[in-house]
Amino acid sequence: MTMNKFINKLLKNKPLIVLIITSVVVSVLNPRFSTWGNILTILRQTSINAVIATGMTFAILIGGIDLSVGSVLGFCGAIAATMIASGTNVFIVVITALLLGTAIGFLNGTLVTAGRLQPFIATLGTVTLLRGIIMVFTQGRPVSTGNTDASAFFGKIGGGFIGPIPVPVYIMLLVFIAAYYILNHTRIGRYVYASGSNEEATIYSGINTNKVKLFVYSVSGMMAALAGILVTARLGSAQPNAGVGYELDAIAAVVLGGTSMAGGIGTIAGTAIGALIIGVLNNALNLMQVSSYYQDVAKGIVILIAVLLDRKQKLLR
Amino acid sequence: MKYAVISMKHITKEFSGITVLKNVDFNIYQGRVMALMGENGAGKSTLMKILTGVYLKTEGEIHLNNEPVSFVDVRSSQHAGIALIHQELNLVKDLSIGENMFLGREPVSGNGRILWSKLFNDSKYWLEKLGLNENPRELVKNISVGKQQLVEIAKALSADAKVIIMDEPTGALTPSETEKLFQVVNNLKTEGKSIVYISHRLHEIFEVCDDVTVLRDGELVSEKPIEELNEDMIIEMMVGRKLSEQYPRIETEIGDDILKVENLSNQFVKNASFTLKKGETLGVTGLMGSSRTELMRSIYGIYPHHGEIYIKGEKVRIKSPKDALNLGIAYVTEDRKTNGIIGEMDVRENITLSSLKKFTGLMGVVHKGREEKTAHKYIQKMSVKASGTKQLVRYLSGGNQQKVSIAKNLISEPEILILDEPTRGVDVGARKEIYDLINTFKAEGMSIIVISSDIPEILGICDRIMVMHEGGISGFLEQKDASQEVIMTLAVGKDV
Repeated sequence: MTMNKFINKLLKNKPLIVLIITSVVVSVLNPRFSTWGNILTILRQTSINAVIATGMTFAILIGGIDLSVGSVLGFCGAIAATMIASGTNVFIVVITALLLGTAIGFLNGTLVTAGRLQPFIATLGTVTLLRGIIMVFTQGRPVSTGNTDASAFFGKIGGGFIGPIPVPVYIMLLVFIAAYYILNHTRIGRYVYASGSNEEATIYSGINTNKVKLFVYSVSGMMAALAGILVTARLGSAQPNAGVGYELDAIAAVVLGGTSMAGGIGTIAGTAIGALIIGVLNNALNLMQVSSYYQDVAKGIVILIAVLLDRKQKLLR
Repeated sequence: MKYAVISMKHITKEFSGITVLKNVDFNIYQGRVMALMGENGAGKSTLMKILTGVYLKTEGEIHLNNEPVSFVDVRSSQHAGIALIHQELNLVKDLSIGENMFLGREPVSGNGRILWSKLFNDSKYWLEKLGLNENPRELVKNISVGKQQLVEIAKALSADAKVIIMDEPTGALTPSETEKLFQVVNNLKTEGKSIVYISHRLHEIFEVCDDVTVLRDGELVSEKPIEELNEDMIIEMMVGRKLSEQYPRIETEIGDDILKVENLSNQFVKNASFTLKKGETLGVTGLMGSSRTELMRSIYGIYPHHGEIYIKGEKVRIKSPKDALNLGIAYVTEDRKTNGIIGEMDVRENITLSSLKKFTGLMGVVHKGREEKTAHKYIQKMSVKASGTKQLVRYLSGGNQQKVSIAKNLISEPEILILDEPTRGVDVGARKEIYDLINTFKAEGMSIIVISSDIPEILGICDRIMVMHEGGISGFLEQKDASQEVIMTLAVGKDV
């Protein structure tokens, strides 16, 4: 009975099935896929998108969207690289970059609430604005983190290991746990779901939904900044075009995880699975040496199939 | 001799193992109006959704003109001439009347160009048939709800509907619009159309219906011609027990002023001044457009306003619902779906939403155990019919959603409770329960404002009545001096 229940629950979780099927198919096609080393690689590669997608989950749950994440990643990464190169303490650099990302997120939130802009439009503005600032700031050239003790230590955040597992994987797990906890066990988390499914009823319940939105966009900004730190630390430099298009992978992960674009419905576990599906696909297509043009075609098809499967489930009557 | 255009036989419907309709027979007769009655949750909507092809039946047969048919989707039932007019009208507000009427079946020329003049001329023909002198090019959002209702009927007729199902059609209509609708229904009857009329308003049933079918708990109680019935008999069939008294008003001790509003004005309300005493139930009524709801929502902090509000003699500023709740004012909204409940959340989460602070500890962490306990207590106190605190609110019936909405406001422990149309769309049995709850709150010393357009209800449960007309207060009446006539006189803006 309990086994049956478990299987039933599993069958209802379409994203998980897609993940499992994809993984099984790929392992059969290429035995190198299911080696321990490759699995760790997938997890490490997924971590960047997973962190951004976690922030994006908040934005989409509230019925909004944050297109600016890629630019926030690039901007905070460039600032972090500059500070590290000048020999600033790594701890201070990380905190500064995170706060900067949070502040940009807060600005997005202000545009949405006080400025009454559609989130799509508001963040479409900031994505271009910030990318421009990055270009001005870096003169279009990569910013190296330099060759100091600080930069070596900073590099560990992106490239280091604790035990056999890469540091970014720990960070990703911490982010998932924290986000899960906030969404399921705190007041603000409850307010995020409430505002996302019926904003008016939430206002009538005496809740300031503008504050909830400011919180959500700040979280999204902070997560993008964290991803910026991870990317910069891994490469040892900040590329001026770092993060371009990352918002699309993040949105794809959230939607693959079953979160409704209309807001109010969705989970962090779903986003985690969504991010893994994208990670597995990227990895598998590389392993099988598929040309990068075909990779996008394949990715697009899998995303559409996964979302369609999920859609059909919801339409059952 | 009655001729059944549609006859549904032995209809059974199960949703994942739960039977919601059991062996129900239902007939729709040519040229007659069939009332479909039953408490919320009795299975009326499910039955109609099966007839219109929204749901598939588990067992049973549907006969159209004595031929068995099967409606697998909405299109196939529409094709058979069945039209459903929803309680919440399904019109596209930003399109014109004509565009709405022919949406999806616009007349086109050979090369696919829409024949606008034909579309609008045809629209005009059907509108005039219903006595509606609107320009079909007018946008739907610019006409009253009553006229929108008639547009829905015109749309159904233009699609050659033979059976028209009206779900709570008078819910948002003024008395004169209701009269107009009844005339239309009578005309349709004489033209041989068949009508299913779903309403909780008993007196309407006696005004327009020819036959009555009553459902209870998913089963057929009885089908009878209206001549063989009276109101009490219908109520008894619906609830399955005798209703001793519909409005059980209790006398309580009335204290000093608790709320005093002076010269409140904004875009809706003109110089409204009134007081509410401790332990008092104040009824607020008026016609559509009297801004009763807007006045109360202004006090609740939804709309900005000028003027003064005093609570227990102290002047207060209310700029948001949060301020109001902190001052002990709770407002149960008239429109549950839009701003009362959150359908995608469960009963527990809905009940605690406005007072979540009480259940939160360090760092904003919610104590789910305590929350669960409280929610459970309120479910029992208010006898909410739900499978548990984890059930999603959108699966509850209207009356139970209303109870959840009231429970949410009670947890904030208000001293002043404003109930806006607390029984709209709520069935007879649950209505009585809501009146009993109001009395319980009253006995506990709460001060209550009840907004309602149901005048017998206002007369039945309130100590004092305030009547509004076009944004102003046109008079106050003590319960003993009030009558339906006096209230209507004030409501239309005449002096008594």
